[in-house]
Amino acid sequence: MALIEVENLSVVFHTHGAAVRAVDGVTLSVGARESYGLVGESGSGKSTILRAICGLAPISGGSIRIGGEPVVSPRGRDFSRKVQMVFQDPYASLHPRHTIDRTLSEPLAIHGIGDSDARVKQALDDVGLPGNFRFRYPHQLSGGQRQRVAIARALMLKPEILLLDEPTSALDASVQAETLNLLSRLREERGLTFLMVSHDLAVIDHMCDRILVMQNGKSVEELQRADLVNVAMKTDYARSLFSASADRML
Amino acid sequence: MTLLSVKNLKVTFNTEAGLVEAVRGVSFTLGRERLGIVGESGSGKTMTGRSVLRLIRPPGKITADEMQFDGKDILNASEAEMRALRGPRMAMVMQDPKYSLNPVMKVGAQLTEGLRQRDRMSAADAHKKAVAALEAVQIRDPERVMHAYPHELSGGMGQRVMIAMMLIPGPDLLIADEPTSALDVTVQAEVLSILDGLVRDRGMGLIFISHDLRLVARFCDRVLVMFKGRVVEELAAKDLMQATHPYTQGLLNCLPRIGGPRGALPGLDRSAAWAL
Repeated sequence: MALIEVENLSVVFHTHGAAVRAVDGVTLSVGARESYGLVGESGSGKSTILRAICGLAPISGGSIRIGGEPVVSPRGRDFSRKVQMVFQDPYASLHPRHTIDRTLSEPLAIHGIGDSDARVKQALDDVGLPGNFRFRYPHQLSGGQRQRVAIARALMLKPEILLLDEPTSALDASVQAETLNLLSRLREERGLTFLMVSHDLAVIDHMCDRILVMQNGKSVEELQRADLVNVAMKTDYARSLFSASADRML
Repeated sequence: MTLLSVKNLKVTFNTEAGLVEAVRGVSFTLGRERLGIVGESGSGKTMTGRSVLRLIRPPGKITADEMQFDGKDILNASEAEMRALRGPRMAMVMQDPKYSLNPVMKVGAQLTEGLRQRDRMSAADAHKKAVAALEAVQIRDPERVMHAYPHELSGGMGQRVMIAMMLIPGPDLLIADEPTSALDVTVQAEVLSILDGLVRDRGMGLIFISHDLRLVARFCDRVLVMFKGRVVEELAAKDLMQATHPYTQGLLNCLPRIGGPRGALPGLDRSAAWAL
């Protein structure tokens, strides 16, 4: 049984009297310990799927099941223990007036988990940050270090699933490599399941086993990793997206 | 023909913690061509671009042996002379539309401001010219965008608005600081072809600042690779993928590749002798 099942999902936003269908009848399923990628141009609804899973966007139609159970609204604590999200912009996703220590211990406090001192230290260590960063503020950290904090925060409750929304697109090439290595290592060590959004096909190819190509809120084509290397897409759109990133093969 | 020549450019910031050298002796010349500047964040590539327009605020200080634009000494030019150059002769597209567009001014007003003030153009003519500029950067609904505030635009649209704004006066030198990093691949290709057309048809000189090595290799004629405020390597863009300098090689190696191996990506070694 698949760990994440999204069936015929629609997300509709109402603005100025007009309805915008951000996601339109998308179905996908991700097995346990699998790494699944979503690609497409901006506005194709790939991030909205992640946001709908964790309750930041409304489910207007269809269903989302995690481990066979339909998600409840609002998402409860059980959900947070299972599913966590890492956002695109590490400059915006950390509270600017909270120290790293406070950011990391907040989920523990909410869930009534003790021993936060040791857990925060361990979390910093796990993402490769020195212990003396603990009482710093986000503005005292570089972009890559902030993204490490965001990953550490997502792992505080030991979730099974990480939703990754363009986790490296705000970072430099060298810092991107370090962050991708960190994510791969953590997935290996903890048996995590990834649902990852990126517009960089090389990043998706490096991280994911299966890939869903999206356009205008609809799913266009599901690809295996090998299809990408062998240019074995069936739809024209997937092929045009690939040829626009052909330099990523170099 | 040389449009811009820079010799031994240094940018220093006198901060409480001591003297910080953001740029440490950069020299280059630019003809009517596409020059790429690549490097990690903090390598001084943006500071190099900004100092050409003398847009460094105190406590930052620019020193150089020589800085000439089209035969004119821009190192010692007065502020008034620089103002006359900025815009009509040389322009810069800033990195982040969120912070570089005026958040409380409609896009249309920002685009026409220069035409109205500097060129004393009528409102109707300025509007027409601004709409044409938006169309030139492939914005599909320019009338709507003219009446929108920057927060109502996506990152990619904002970036194209900034490019349109800089291209309206038709500068001879354009410095583009990560102009396509917020765009996805399909829109990126459109913006690059606009810039390419300007270099080819109007003979504009372009300095293209980016951290995307593959993009620069594909798009530019020549590339400067910067590290810690210095140029570590200068080479033809087509040779970038075969670069010999260890830093450039390191930057290339840490990129994931479609069909590449799944193992850990190599990190960047910043400890070697050249890094001093």
